[in-house]
Amino acid sequence: MKNKIVIVGGGPAGMAAALAAKEHCKDKCNVIIIEREHTLGGILNQCIHDGFGLLKFGQMMTGPEYANKYEKLIEKADIKVYTDTMVIDVTNDKKVTFINKNGLSTIKASSIIFATGCRERTRGNIAIPGTRPAGIFTAGVAQNLTNNKNICIGKKVIILGSGDIGLIMARRLTYEGADVIGVIELQKQPGGLQRNISQCLYDFDIPLYLQHTIVEIKGKERLQAVTVAPVDELGNPIENNKFTLECDTLVLSVGLIPENEIAKKSGVLLDDKTNGALTDEYLQTNISGVFVCGNSIKVMDLVDYVSEQGEVAGYNAVAYLFNEKMYEFKKQRSLEMPKGLPENGKFTCILCPNGCSITVEGNNVNGNKCNRGKQFAIQEKKTPKRVLTITILTQKGYTISAKTDRPIDKEIIKEVIKICKKIRASDNCKIGDVILDNIANTNANLIATSKVHL
Amino acid sequence: MAEIYDIVVIGAGAVGCAVARELSRYNLKVAVLEKGIDVASGTSGRNSAVIHAGFNNKNGSLMAQLCVEGNQGFEKLANELGVPYKKTGKYLIAFDKDDIKVLKGLVEQGRKNGVKGLHMIDECSLKKAVPGVGGIAAMHSPETAIINPFAYVIALAEDAARNGVTFLFDREVKSILFNNDIYLISAGQDIYKAKFIINCAGLYSDKIANMMNINDYKIYPCRGEYFILDEIADEVLSVPIYPAPKKGIGGLGVHLTPTTKGNILIGPSAEYIDDKSDYSCTAKIMDKLFTEAKQLLPTLKRSCIIGSYSGIRSKLASPQEGGFHDFVIHKKNNSIHLIGIESPGLTASVPLARRVIEEIKKSITMHKKTEIIPPKIRKPHFRNLSMKEKSKLISQDSNYGEIVCRCEQITKREILDAIENPLGVVSISGIKYRCGATMGRCQGGYCLGRITDILIKEYNKKPSDITLRGGNSSLYLGFLQEDSYEK
Repeated sequence: MKNKIVIVGGGPAGMAAALAAKEHCKDKCNVIIIEREHTLGGILNQCIHDGFGLLKFGQMMTGPEYANKYEKLIEKADIKVYTDTMVIDVTNDKKVTFINKNGLSTIKASSIIFATGCRERTRGNIAIPGTRPAGIFTAGVAQNLTNNKNICIGKKVIILGSGDIGLIMARRLTYEGADVIGVIELQKQPGGLQRNISQCLYDFDIPLYLQHTIVEIKGKERLQAVTVAPVDELGNPIENNKFTLECDTLVLSVGLIPENEIAKKSGVLLDDKTNGALTDEYLQTNISGVFVCGNSIKVMDLVDYVSEQGEVAGYNAVAYLFNEKMYEFKKQRSLEMPKGLPENGKFTCILCPNGCSITVEGNNVNGNKCNRGKQFAIQEKKTPKRVLTITILTQKGYTISAKTDRPIDKEIIKEVIKICKKIRASDNCKIGDVILDNIANTNANLIATSKVHL
Repeated sequence: MAEIYDIVVIGAGAVGCAVARELSRYNLKVAVLEKGIDVASGTSGRNSAVIHAGFNNKNGSLMAQLCVEGNQGFEKLANELGVPYKKTGKYLIAFDKDDIKVLKGLVEQGRKNGVKGLHMIDECSLKKAVPGVGGIAAMHSPETAIINPFAYVIALAEDAARNGVTFLFDREVKSILFNNDIYLISAGQDIYKAKFIINCAGLYSDKIANMMNINDYKIYPCRGEYFILDEIADEVLSVPIYPAPKKGIGGLGVHLTPTTKGNILIGPSAEYIDDKSDYSCTAKIMDKLFTEAKQLLPTLKRSCIIGSYSGIRSKLASPQEGGFHDFVIHKKNNSIHLIGIESPGLTASVPLARRVIEEIKKSITMHKKTEIIPPKIRKPHFRNLSMKEKSKLISQDSNYGEIVCRCEQITKREILDAIENPLGVVSISGIKYRCGATMGRCQGGYCLGRITDILIKEYNKKPSDITLRGGNSSLYLGFLQEDSYEK
């Protein structure tokens, strides 16, 4: 009987691990993915904005497109995938028990890879004082409701925390007609990537309150207001300078915690402080043959790193089974996307992870590392262009995601959104299909980035 | 002409529901009017969930008597109702000699009240019994227990409802008139008629009494804030630990209590406030809570906090007076008023209800029903079952094969059962209190969207109809684009 490699979690880490394991084992193992959602892809499926895959594929993709790239490879490979299936127990001797509509099953695995991702910190975790009204969402929940369920979570929104998801949601909710009153950040510098500060906040004149925090939540039924105070150098609120912002919705983007409840059950040791799984350089845990990859070790900025780590875990799981040499995981590219506030009067290039800070004065362009950067900066100074990512309803009323296949003038985005909200896509629409060509005479086509999942 | 109820109970907390359940055993037409949209929406759902033994209450007081009676009958009651109950016992910790003196006094007071098994233990036995705890000695109360207070009140109400009691929610009582031996009660949008009223309105029991010209009482709201910790009770603390009580406004001091689910509660504080509906948590007290809890259990970690809440005691003792005031059962004409039912009201709820029945019997003739519909057998939580039992359930009903709430491992079947509850409560908190979904470490991050989907697609709800706790607590404003989701 073949060795079984069971991968818990079919997000980017799990998919990459499965493919690497399948390839490396040369068909000597059964590779099995167990995924609790209806489709593979994990959280990528609700990240309809673009910016994924720059490092790994040199192109900008939306979350669903990035996930689909792997999904297609998995379909072709001989990998067993269980979806709508939840792992409820893993024992120390690698028995994996899972349930789905068909019943409860147990697989005796030879090797296990946990790729269980992370979860969001909540209001409870950070203990914000005040009442407990409706209208408080973590950013990921807000994103899921907005992007996948066509639900309006609110009209007057405050965002706490300037991590990337918070910034992305500021733009996303603005697209959907909400008034984003401000983003509040405890630290001196925003937590998200520079390109997101520039494209998600500056583009829409959304105020960013650095070194501020929420000291009270008000409203007995639905949220009515938050009290905001500046903080001193130690992060303590300066009560005398507090002020009230009326709002009906609070979106919390206050951090992510590696999710390892199942791994912990099996005896995998976790970092006491971060809840991340502890592994050696080969991504193997204290239990031999049990590996972990992706955000369940440490939350990463870019999905590209998650995929790379998944590949190493997949390779090593096979190496473990056949007593071969394992590979160390190290970030294969040393590039880090720039974070924090963009410099005054400079353009942050968004074409590659270098994120060059470029100045343009007349014909003088400085700070760019390549010609594309130069073109970008000149364009940005003249008429800034953006790729629009948005949701579209299908004829039967399902929600899919879409994008313009090239950047369009920033100024007409509002108009284009209006058109998007009037049209209906076909229910059979596939990823890459043109939903509307030459939208608002921009020369850009609106193309589907996800499909209806029944 | 509206129908006339023999008895109207005002308030669907633990006491109101216990009264309703006792009344349901008689041939009477009974209704319960509740301001909230669910049972246990006030103090009954916001407390430490402890079944007290009865050593804290003054010798000879009604409180002491009912608490001991309640404690001794609770295990049987909980089994009957199918409510999670654990006789954990509890420890009161002494940090100095004065504390030891206080605790010895409590042992004495408790014995006189009829509490069994109270005894002092030394530091060594304490540290053996509760590893990691602070303190130099302790009092052990083996009879103290923990329950799930939501499950308890819901079970009381469902039992009452099955035996004929009508529950009417969203019916805040605004005025009461007495005319030709009939009470006219204006509640919500309607007028209800009753021959007899039982006031179980908790924090608002003084207000209801006022409406009936009883002006002897004033309820002073006294708020207690709590933190909820993750399900670490198994690893950290399986028995409630309290500090030795200090003289003051009459709380039991900030304590640590495991819940029947395995979380740990820290709290409550005690602070007199003005607004009876202000369930805020405050920065000042949140800081204090954790510091005090760490004295009891130095190993506690802040990262285990998953939530916070507050409850409000309905105290008859004024801020100046402080301490405990005995429970009041006040009878006037055809009305009975239960006033000042603070802790140990949950423990004493059924004994209180029995006292009420005795009082009513003095005024009206009541006939026991010949047949009582027994409580429905509660389905066990899926997550507590063995693999074999789980497997069997899924093969019988595939909705058991779909986990909707990952932290609490709540299946779709359990969510559907919670949505289709016998009292007809529709709200996210109603679902939460019935099956435990959204109560875990991610606080609904995973399951809120799924529950929303079920409500929209399978129960034809509009997003704006989905509320947290009824009224204006809508979670969503609507669809972003209308007519989505094919019906």
